[in-house]
Amino acid sequence: MKNPEKNRTSLLIKGGHLIDPAARTDAPMDVLLKDGRIAEVAPPNKIKGAVDEKLDARGLIVAPGFIDLHVHFREPGQAHKETIATGTAAAAVGGFTSVCTMPNTVPVIDSVEGIEWLRQPERGAVVTVFAVAAATRGSKGATLTDFRALHSAGAIAVTDDGKPILDDGIMREALVLGGELNFPVVQHAEDTRMTENCSMHAGARSFRLGLRGMTAAAEASIVERDVQLAMQIPNARLHIAHLSTADALKSVRRGKRAKARVTFEVTPHHFTLTDEDMRDYDSNYKMNPPLRSASDLEAILAALADGTVDAIATDHAPHAAHEKEMEFERAAFGITGLETALALAITRLHREKRIPLARIVELFTAGPARCFDLRGRGSLVRGSVADVTVFDPKKKWTFDAAKSRSKSKNTPFDGWQLTGKVIATVVGGKIVYSA
Amino acid sequence: MNPARGSLLGIEHMEAAEILRLLKFARRMNPDKTRPLLKGKRVLLLFYEASTRTRSSFEIAAKSLGAHTVLIQSFGSSIEKGESLLDTGYTVRAVGADIIVIRHPNAGAPYVMAQHLDVPVINAGDGLHEHPSQALLDAYTVLRNKKTFKGLQVAIVGDIFHSRVARSACHLFSKFGVKIILCGPPELVPDVAATLASGVRVTRHIEDALRGTDVVMLLRVQQERLSGMKIDLAEYIARYQMNPLRLKMAKKDAIVMHPGPIIRGLELTSEIADGAQTRILEEVRNGVPTRMAILARAMGKMR
Repeated sequence: MKNPEKNRTSLLIKGGHLIDPAARTDAPMDVLLKDGRIAEVAPPNKIKGAVDEKLDARGLIVAPGFIDLHVHFREPGQAHKETIATGTAAAAVGGFTSVCTMPNTVPVIDSVEGIEWLRQPERGAVVTVFAVAAATRGSKGATLTDFRALHSAGAIAVTDDGKPILDDGIMREALVLGGELNFPVVQHAEDTRMTENCSMHAGARSFRLGLRGMTAAAEASIVERDVQLAMQIPNARLHIAHLSTADALKSVRRGKRAKARVTFEVTPHHFTLTDEDMRDYDSNYKMNPPLRSASDLEAILAALADGTVDAIATDHAPHAAHEKEMEFERAAFGITGLETALALAITRLHREKRIPLARIVELFTAGPARCFDLRGRGSLVRGSVADVTVFDPKKKWTFDAAKSRSKSKNTPFDGWQLTGKVIATVVGGKIVYSA
Repeated sequence: MNPARGSLLGIEHMEAAEILRLLKFARRMNPDKTRPLLKGKRVLLLFYEASTRTRSSFEIAAKSLGAHTVLIQSFGSSIEKGESLLDTGYTVRAVGADIIVIRHPNAGAPYVMAQHLDVPVINAGDGLHEHPSQALLDAYTVLRNKKTFKGLQVAIVGDIFHSRVARSACHLFSKFGVKIILCGPPELVPDVAATLASGVRVTRHIEDALRGTDVVMLLRVQQERLSGMKIDLAEYIARYQMNPLRLKMAKKDAIVMHPGPIIRGLELTSEIADGAQTRILEEVRNGVPTRMAILARAMGKMR
């Protein structure tokens, strides 16, 4: 939404291997960026003429700028966890050129004023920030917000994320109105009536640890209801946030087969970890939805491989140390994720599970762009926004949370050895990060 | 994670040999004969939850070893004012605690303490998770009555889901090859309970649990932790209450145990509570030498 100032210069990204799934390109290509747009994509050494700047991408993958559909940047109201400036800086390190911020701030972003506040240059965003607005006033689940006004103000979707839209009638209304405006309604699928006092996935591990567990059914029942609604309501657009269970996946598959407009995202932690991985009540393994069972993870991996998953989104949820270093049941839900997303995808999905790199790039680019209709993004065809991510798929590195650009360090991946690293992030033709 | 040496956070990760060593040492502990193994040491009892048995038992155990004890309860302390668990931990450490004994309503709270403090942390019960000192004193009681764990069968009847005592007991007995049968309705004894340790199985039928059993361990239905669960108490009593007729189904020399507090007329009848096979008060008595051993071990004095 906030377009970083357009750069009246040119940048040639030279010698790289372009993967642009939307354009069905997977070949060595040079890319010329000019005045904030993609000016030319051509085989190596075919782009002639003077340029202001060159980026040597030999041995590297050049991809459309990554899009994260799900981040919490905590502003306004909780700047001690993260700000738009620090959050977007972490995004740039992770190769994300666009991020979609969730509205569960203090106050909740449920008005045009809130969206305008997010767009102000004073926020210091270094990548493009798209606002997802609240679906109900104050995200209290009772009265819909003014979708039309929010849409015109630049919101790209609505959600009560952090909480579900539980009431059948309100969800129906949201999908009807959203459908009229071609506005995706994003659901945090959790039947909170079934998850009171729960802090992890319900299974053998939660029983052993004496922690009350969230059942898979608490997610699946809401997803099933929503998919049913999306199948009934003409033009409704439903997007399921951070889907984590095999049962919910079944509902989504059914909806997609019925040609309902249902999309969904999965997070890197849900395709990497299970409920068995948490040790010693480490609250860096506490998030919502929780880490699920091994069979849920297998189902998600299959859906990532077979093309069913639309997007990888981080659900980047920063919290201060004092909000995490406490009794597991009382600790805040959520982990950071922007700086490890690509590396986890390459390490887990590409290297271990042999999912092609082009598919992974799609999950970070064309896929998310389609979910929220981000025109001009998610591809590098001529005329697109000059957002580019350059990465080294073979580079081994160790993630050090202490060095993270995020204000918060709540991640289970501290010290992990990973493969795949972002080398440069270009937003609107300008290099905002280079390794 | 590296808890200070001598910490006792749970039974699950304790080795069988270590458990036996501790139980053997406990036999040498006599609360009536002061042994100044912990002379001049400060034992901080940090109780975030109500307790009669465990608290007094740890206090007497510490004093019998010559230690000073300080009791901090959430009511009437800074905890009430919103001080975090860790800040309370740092504070009592700064005051000079040598050992911290903690009882807390949240599972894992002692782990948080142990992760950040350099003194031994003793778990005196954490949420639904573990109650290691209770399991140890129960094992001590079983050994006094049955001589050996070999070939034993233990039935645990009642609210397993909400019971840290049951979890710790399962881990402990399992390490010695004891057959463990968990018995109760699915709401209180979910099938997943059988995954707790090897040798554990679940049954819904009291006859099935009692047949051939050497030790009958009864648990209270923890109404304060039910969290919206609907349990028909009359139905529970009809199906699972321990009464003399039912106890006859167990082995002739079976003993009846209960971590307390007992509710007469609910999980057991008065005839059982006061009966000859019952060891409930013996368990309480055995708590003191067992906890003396736990505290001595915490200070590296288990020799």
